[in-house]
Amino acid sequence: MNAPTLKATDFTSDVTPVWCPGCGDFHVLMSITRALAQLGRPPEDIAVVSGIGCSSRIPAYTNCYGFHGVHGRSLALAAGLKVARPDLTVMAMSGDGDGFSIGGNHFLHACRRNVDMTYVVMDNRVYGMTKGQPSPTTEPDWDSALSPGGTGLSPFHPLVIALASGANFVAREFSGNIKACTRTIVEAVNHPGFSFVEILSPCVTFRPDEREWKGQVHPASVPETDDPARAARRIMTDDGMNTGILYRGKRKPYFASVKDSFGDIEPLERAFEV
Amino acid sequence: MNLSPKSAKSAKNVSFAVVGSGGAGAITAGSILLEAAGKSGWHGLLNRSVGPQIRGGEAAALVRLSTRPAFCMSREFHILVAIDWKNADRFIGSMPVAPGGLVIADPAAGEPPAALREGDCTIVECPIGELAKSIKGGRPNMICVGLVAQLTGLPVDTVMQVVASKLLSKGADAIAASDACIEAGVAAAAGFGATFHLGAPEASDKTRWLITGNEAVGLGAMRGGVQFAAAYPITPATEVLEYLAPALAGIGGALVQAEDELASINMIIGASYGGRPSITATSGPGLSLMMESLGLAAAAEVPIVVIDVMRAGPSTGIATKSEQSDLNIAVHGFHGDAPHVVIAPLSVADCLFTAQWSVHIAETLQSPVIVLSDQSIGQAHVLIDRPADVTFLTRRKTYEPSAETYLRYAVTADGVSPMSIPGQAGGQYTADGLTHTERGTPSSTAKAQREQMDKRLHKIESFDFGDHWGACEGSGDTVILTWGSLTGAAREAIDELHEDGIDARLIALRQISPFPARALQEALQGARRVLVVEQSHSGQFYRYVRSQIDLPYDINRLNREGPTVIGPDEIASSIRDWKSQ
Repeated sequence: MNAPTLKATDFTSDVTPVWCPGCGDFHVLMSITRALAQLGRPPEDIAVVSGIGCSSRIPAYTNCYGFHGVHGRSLALAAGLKVARPDLTVMAMSGDGDGFSIGGNHFLHACRRNVDMTYVVMDNRVYGMTKGQPSPTTEPDWDSALSPGGTGLSPFHPLVIALASGANFVAREFSGNIKACTRTIVEAVNHPGFSFVEILSPCVTFRPDEREWKGQVHPASVPETDDPARAARRIMTDDGMNTGILYRGKRKPYFASVKDSFGDIEPLERAFEV
Repeated sequence: MNLSPKSAKSAKNVSFAVVGSGGAGAITAGSILLEAAGKSGWHGLLNRSVGPQIRGGEAAALVRLSTRPAFCMSREFHILVAIDWKNADRFIGSMPVAPGGLVIADPAAGEPPAALREGDCTIVECPIGELAKSIKGGRPNMICVGLVAQLTGLPVDTVMQVVASKLLSKGADAIAASDACIEAGVAAAAGFGATFHLGAPEASDKTRWLITGNEAVGLGAMRGGVQFAAAYPITPATEVLEYLAPALAGIGGALVQAEDELASINMIIGASYGGRPSITATSGPGLSLMMESLGLAAAAEVPIVVIDVMRAGPSTGIATKSEQSDLNIAVHGFHGDAPHVVIAPLSVADCLFTAQWSVHIAETLQSPVIVLSDQSIGQAHVLIDRPADVTFLTRRKTYEPSAETYLRYAVTADGVSPMSIPGQAGGQYTADGLTHTERGTPSSTAKAQREQMDKRLHKIESFDFGDHWGACEGSGDTVILTWGSLTGAAREAIDELHEDGIDARLIALRQISPFPARALQEALQGARRVLVVEQSHSGQFYRYVRSQIDLPYDINRLNREGPTVIGPDEIASSIRDWKSQ
């Protein structure tokens, strides 16, 4: 399935990223472009959709069709695009604030709806674009100007929610492990239905402590499963740092799609005749 | 029996109400009679009055039959038939019986409400329930159908034809039972000694349709080429979406039910970005949620259509009643400067044209278009002449592959830039709500901001809306200026005034934003006094018009919040009673 004619650079644009030096998102961008090269579809057949935040800047850094939309709504926009254009490979990109706070409801329903697309969330446990506020995945005691002393709230667990809501593919990777990220993104895109990949992607500016993630992440000790119950048991004892594919389900993807040819509306008109 | 002379001869309009508790079939009875009237060449409309309960509450079919096209419900009813009076007290006040009118009551159902007993009408007793029981499989609402058919002069065989087509799936026994009920009703009414016969319909060789405004919007959108819809249920817009769901699927399109309005607006933006003309429908609360993403569609130049079937606001307001109070949010609700288009259908029939036009405008201008319909036309079942076929040369200006770097937001003479569609090699770009360059690259420079804002304003302002900006009818120096759904009431008021020898001119705006200043000023030539009519407590339309053009005339205003819809009689009275200097 490798297409040797395409290289990662075929999928990068000439736009300079706004990210800080050392940002994990650079590595995610590399993994995505490498994965796309491996997938072998030309850039014009790929659409990358995002919301607002550091990670959501990614579409313009690719040479694919991109959509940088409003805060939190990338999944809805991507779902509309995929249903309207089932021939495209559609990927949504988000961060922990965009995806799990303002866009939290869409996350639940995107998992339920199971449209055939891939959702990559770059999780750095902080709002970086607005300069350091706690997100849903931030530790409860993380101090900040907006929430002095911490939010006191339990962190949101994206993999648990994804699994419970019906996502058909659930995985976690670390941005620094480019090879593993690339491989998992390829698997996620190739798997039918809604695929969710959380990528731990350090914010070196507002969460310098996350530089330690490199030494903390470790491959999951148990293999992937297609059994949601087994996946649920494993994820409930998760330390938040194990990586790899957790779950690869067998649900049928969302059924509706726009066709290429259209029928006549004349019969619709006749239905109103008295 | 003392009936008014007007009702004794054949009339231009006859109105009736069929009342019963939910499930009694009052609405079905009204629908059958309306359809039979349509088959016989008459016009008319039906509104449903239902209580706040989802099921089991009171229900009434309010029907006006007319010899000419009818645009709004009558204020009074000539005939009121009650299957029962359960909870009728709650809404009977909103359907007064005309002086000399007839109330048909089943003695077994108890005493009619005091409001009717004390009114200037005749109450006749008819054992509706008993008659139905005497027929195997008989239903009281079909007795009512017979009663009204006899009183109004609707051809009974046509009524039976309609019933037969509706009951086709229920079998011959059900049809026979209904026919027997109708005959029993006809015989009973013949004994009342009163008739409210409708005059002969105006001759027309046009095919007659029975349609609601919400259905007409859906069909118009399909005529316009819509292939994708996203939906979140909300009263009174849900029927647009329920119409589109099977209709789109049937031709190869798709409708997705979204988790909320934030999702539905973004789904249609995504689908349209993918090259598919797309639409959603909502009401005020949903439109409020969509505003941010409507701004995205304006900035990223993605064609979309949002139908707003307005209801009484603010907040949850009265979900089942009409207002024209979303004008402000539709025109001014965007943050930043975001040129876009707002248009409004002038009648149920015009819902079809206006929705089709909205798709044409959105696709041509690569812009969001908001269509302001409302509950009063959205949920009204109306007999109309089949609207004419209209062909727009709808075409999105698309990208032609070339060796040069593609500039998605290129500054062009008309402000519209060629739009590539995913799949087109060389056309890749990132659509963005961030201020961007012609290439689409995010930029915070003064040049990019100015250049793109100028371009987006120019494409909207230089667009030729043609003569679709509104309607101008009648003559004289007295003008009734209105917009959207109230056009029908104003039109009937002009006719009413004309019969009294008073000339008045109707000017109704279909194009709300950008404001058709020049067209309106031309239409106002020779005006001396202007009555501005709208269903808004604060007079949003009046204030908006004043903000756009001078109105150097004697001005009067007839504006009111919902739920009571402004009718032709009120408009005509405002003109008659106008003591101007």
